[in-house]
Amino acid sequence: MSPQERLAAALARIPYATFLGVRAELKGDELTLVLPYADHLVGNPLLPALHGGVVAALMELTAITQLAIASKSEKFPKTIDVGFDYLRSGKPVDTYARARVVKIGRRIANVQAEAWQGQRHEPIAAMHGHFLLGDEETKSP
Amino acid sequence: MSGETHYGEGGDVFERVKTMMEWTPQGRALGFELTKLDGAKVVARVPYRPEHVGDPETGVIAGGVITTFLDQISGMATVLAMKEPAMVATIDIRIDYMRAATPGRDVFAEAHCYKIGRNVAFVRAIAFEDSVDNPIAHATSTFMVNATRKFGANLREKKK
Repeated sequence: MSPQERLAAALARIPYATFLGVRAELKGDELTLVLPYADHLVGNPLLPALHGGVVAALMELTAITQLAIASKSEKFPKTIDVGFDYLRSGKPVDTYARARVVKIGRRIANVQAEAWQGQRHEPIAAMHGHFLLGDEETKSP
Repeated sequence: MSGETHYGEGGDVFERVKTMMEWTPQGRALGFELTKLDGAKVVARVPYRPEHVGDPETGVIAGGVITTFLDQISGMATVLAMKEPAMVATIDIRIDYMRAATPGRDVFAEAHCYKIGRNVAFVRAIAFEDSVDNPIAHATSTFMVNATRKFGANLREKKK
């Protein structure tokens, strides 16, 4: 098993990822998380629209998994702060997310992520955040 | 009238906010429950459940659960501040994590819409187990108010 495959397997072991129904697709070191549409993910049943928190959760999961790949860590990093911008209403269809690790420091990493549905160039939401690297706590006294 | 805050005048406000909270399928799936209205503040609970866990090693619930919870309760605080309840839509939300949630414990959150205008509402929210003085996370968010769209709007193809 490659490190990437191990991380995809690690994602599958997260109960909350299973609750959402998230699936990982890996091409080289680039990760795409896929969230197939399901009725329980809806926030507004009239439109209907995905819950913003679900789209946010998808991007955060993508960010921490991509960061674990980039930092070659077996452990998932911890979220320090995350900001989510909502750009379009999430339709009742499959949603995709990719993350870009902007900077990995000694202790903290800066990561951006985007979520889209039909068109990659029409994101429905964007995320930026800071994460505490997973292996750091074992190093600190 | 813009710029005024109403905090749910008239009627059974608690029932109204509770109904809106339970109207959301994802909120029902996560078990969100309105516990209290304290003036302009909305207080709610999300139960600890094994399927909410984000870190299988520690049993800490996923950040996504906290995000969805804080987004939802912040939206509820916005609705509470509106004279006529209408749909709201999150513009942005930022969440700072002070610490991990305690495994095995329910999480509460309190949200306050401290300013509402004709178009935009501003909200603060805090997630905690026992007291806001020992917070898990803090959220700052903005909402579009009166974001009502047509029934089934997301099912129609966009006109080219």
